[in-house]
Amino acid sequence: MTTATTGRTTPKGVVGTAHTRVEGVEKVTGAARYAGEIPFADLAHGWLVLSTVARGRIISVEDGPVLAMPGVRAVLHHGNAPRLETHFQGVIGPPDPTTTLFQNDRVAHLGWPVALVVAETSEQAREAAESLLVHYEEEPHDVDFRGDRPEAYPVDGFAPGVVEKGDLEAELAASAHVVDVQYTTPEEHHSMMEPHAAAARWDGGRLEIVDSNQSTTWVQSDLAQMFSLEPSAVRVRSEHIGGGFGSKGVRVHQVAAVMAATVLQRPVRVVLTRRQMFPLTGYRSPTSQRVRLGADAEGRLRALEHRSVSQTSTVHTFVEPSAGVPRVMVDAPAHHTANLVVPLDVPTPTFMRAPGEAPGSFALESALDELAEKCGLDPIELRVRNEPARSPVSGQPFGARNLLACFHEGARRFGWADRDPRPGVRREGRWLLGTGVAGASFHAGAGPSTALATAEADGSFTVRISAADIGTGARTALTLVAADALRVPVDRVRVHIGDSDFGPAMFAGGSMGTRSWAWAVDAAAEELRERLALGATIPPEGITVRSDTTDAVRRLAQTERHSYGAQFAEVAVDTATGEVRVRRMLGIFAAGRIVNPLTARNQLVGGMIWGISMALHEEAVRDRASGGLYGGDLAGYHVATHADVPLVEADWVEDHDPDDPVGIKGVGEVGVVGAAAAIANAVRHATGVRHRHLPIRPDRVLMARETGATHA
Amino acid sequence: MKEFAYQRAEDVSGAVALLGADPDARFLGGGTNLVDLMKSGVERPGRLVDVRQLPLGAIESTPEGGLRIGATVTNSDLAAHPEVRRRYPLLTQAVLAGASGQLRNMATVGGNLLQRTRCGYFADVTKPCNKREPGTGCPALEGEHHNHAILGASEHCVATHPSDMGVALTALDAVVTYETADGPGELPLADFYLPVGDTPHRETALPPGALITGVTVPPAPVAARSRYRKVRERASYAFAIGSVAAAFDVSDGVVREVRLAFGAVASRPWRARAAERALTGVPAEAENFAAAADAELAAARPLRDNAYKVTLMRNLVVAVLTELAEEAAR
Repeated sequence: MTTATTGRTTPKGVVGTAHTRVEGVEKVTGAARYAGEIPFADLAHGWLVLSTVARGRIISVEDGPVLAMPGVRAVLHHGNAPRLETHFQGVIGPPDPTTTLFQNDRVAHLGWPVALVVAETSEQAREAAESLLVHYEEEPHDVDFRGDRPEAYPVDGFAPGVVEKGDLEAELAASAHVVDVQYTTPEEHHSMMEPHAAAARWDGGRLEIVDSNQSTTWVQSDLAQMFSLEPSAVRVRSEHIGGGFGSKGVRVHQVAAVMAATVLQRPVRVVLTRRQMFPLTGYRSPTSQRVRLGADAEGRLRALEHRSVSQTSTVHTFVEPSAGVPRVMVDAPAHHTANLVVPLDVPTPTFMRAPGEAPGSFALESALDELAEKCGLDPIELRVRNEPARSPVSGQPFGARNLLACFHEGARRFGWADRDPRPGVRREGRWLLGTGVAGASFHAGAGPSTALATAEADGSFTVRISAADIGTGARTALTLVAADALRVPVDRVRVHIGDSDFGPAMFAGGSMGTRSWAWAVDAAAEELRERLALGATIPPEGITVRSDTTDAVRRLAQTERHSYGAQFAEVAVDTATGEVRVRRMLGIFAAGRIVNPLTARNQLVGGMIWGISMALHEEAVRDRASGGLYGGDLAGYHVATHADVPLVEADWVEDHDPDDPVGIKGVGEVGVVGAAAAIANAVRHATGVRHRHLPIRPDRVLMARETGATHA
Repeated sequence: MKEFAYQRAEDVSGAVALLGADPDARFLGGGTNLVDLMKSGVERPGRLVDVRQLPLGAIESTPEGGLRIGATVTNSDLAAHPEVRRRYPLLTQAVLAGASGQLRNMATVGGNLLQRTRCGYFADVTKPCNKREPGTGCPALEGEHHNHAILGASEHCVATHPSDMGVALTALDAVVTYETADGPGELPLADFYLPVGDTPHRETALPPGALITGVTVPPAPVAARSRYRKVRERASYAFAIGSVAAAFDVSDGVVREVRLAFGAVASRPWRARAAERALTGVPAEAENFAAAADAELAAARPLRDNAYKVTLMRNLVVAVLTELAEEAAR
């Protein structure tokens, strides 16, 4: 893989220059400790027992024989577990009842947590957990997700459910070209490297939790409410995190560890296995999306409908808002978008890297490609003709919208101008070759954060913020931001993160982490520098300044801010075997000020690789008879391997927003947006067959060729 | 986890004696499959007899001009061996098409032949499976089966055998040698795996307690021009959805001898004898390759979602044989 990247803005300080991770040596030498391996004296081990039925009621838990097994100290279940507060407003809303463990006898899906066995060793706990007999009254379950389920209803999630303007049917009827197509994406799982793990202990009346999460203060606040504790009585630390992607918020492992540590009054650790992660840590819902586009003879949109159906559990509502994508990308006189959800006997889905944008961009950017073909237009030209001047929904101006710059720079670098638009005519040995393009966007938001900056007596500086580095390079980025604000060399700044005692801060999510934290770090460091400039003598305990961006975030000018991108892909398809290989990808992004080109590129390329994986590999198959997954592990659930990831390049264009005080937009998610569509569009160009159902598996390519139609 | 005893065997007869008649004991080779199955609860042995240190790690020429491959030779060493590469290119290609570098460094030849199916129902102890728990049923028949068998399966089990190496060895008429308390024995690979029938839990014809000591590959000049081609759902580190091992002797445009075996279509590596018969003596042309594939696949009984495998195997046979024929014509 090559990722040649060229910066264009000449940086004044260290922000904008490439820096390897400040904790890089620790990580590659194994010195960096993760939550599952940090030693605790007198540690006991908890192992979760999951239901083997998909819906029903627990009749009894035969804990007697298990309590007599070697090393077993406790079996917690709905019959004996401490009562929790289950009705409260957490950081992102009411708690998912999946996480408020053992409060009743209901089983809401296969793999529902029904008991926790605690023992002296992890092996003893596991053996006892696997021996525990649980009796159920089983009820018929329904896991049959389909887009045409009549009970699907619109939901306002973190995006509005339904947004409509104009007369859709009239505009469609008046259109010269119409596309009316259905796309589906399967259930997908985060599959980060490090499994969820947490240890909890009581220490002098204070609850301490060592965890792997995307926000220590989020976990602190929700656990405090759940266990009816003062937030100040709970401390959550999360030093290194082996990936999160939206899955590492409040989860059963933390609650189980705290519950057991409280009952046993000794430290308890709970680690999830890979198989347990599939039903217990969230996932991206499958989607069924109908897109209707109508355009005039010149390819200008008159009508757009994007209707997306996703699934949720019967105990909690999460909607995958795929129909939000056209609310940013394209306008039309009639513009209807709706996000609907069907409750089924399945685990609750959750945020997964580019929630809504990843599946929604596959549908919309494929449909635009279909429309371009109908209009006889180059797909980039179609987008140029439909680039909106203001937000199609809010009517607000866009802050720094450089989408077309991405397309133009990408087209130049990729060699798009030489493209023959005819499908199915380029052959190289057994391979048919094709290229495709798609657009990308992701919201650039910010959340209030606090930071502490300290001038130490020895001339060094310490910054503390409860940020989370989930592999993004946030710790390094914040070090660069602090060094520039303090106007000192990088090696005089230490940044401590991942500790709820540092005060409230934005979580690592929504591509808002670095933008939000950098704002607070910059403010604290700037103020500290000004104070030091007055010539203060530094006392032994140092001088500390605290910042809080709550007011500044509220005062931010009301414009729609997004990052953008253009994804280009070249694929090779062997239609005799159905094999699809991505040959090269280029992503050009407009993502504001890039703090650290090295780690930013890493995130963008990582997102594009997620897109390859989404296009060709990832698919969790739900087994209707049992209600659980078929092959719910990393042998059964395929993610792209190195051999699937050839030349992947990411670069960016100048993207400056004069009205934005931070200028950073975040690059965690935009890299995956549009990538799968670019690949599907390239497969169409290579073979002449349109694939509307992900992943584009060999059997689907093979049978599409057999039947001469697209796979249904 | 269930506690288990672990013993390291010093020699072959000692290993056989250690295992004894204990149905709760298992031989441990590289552990790349058995240890996984122990973690998922599919296997719960009370005792492991580690055979990796046994003196079975050699690859030697036989007096007839074939190769004898010891049971504990690792997949990596097998694939890299100069005589394997020279005499049986398809065997090296098959081994390298499997697993990952790390796994090939651990996995052994004996263990590879005895690895279990990767059917997701077999691997999940919360679900029924006739192979794992006879009589509980086969959910794959109506459930997820897009990568299940199209040949030689039964209403009791439609699982496939996962080995790549085994497909090449089947094409090469390899013979498995083993040791029991009553002395040594051997089984041609063609007879090594049992038909599925109503006993999918009985997978091989090895006598109880037998230890595989090696595999003998007879001389096969036809293999000088040979190929293993595997199709899978990602470019690396996935089991096949269809594979072909082929060896081809063509002169004057006519097929003199051909070996053909299929992977990922049946409960065992599938020797395509009907196709071989149809090809022998006919012109090496694409339509004959297709007709031969059809002759073999006439017996295919695809399920709801795996009919694509019939097309895939036909296309693979044509593609691989065409490549080999073009090579021969050069």
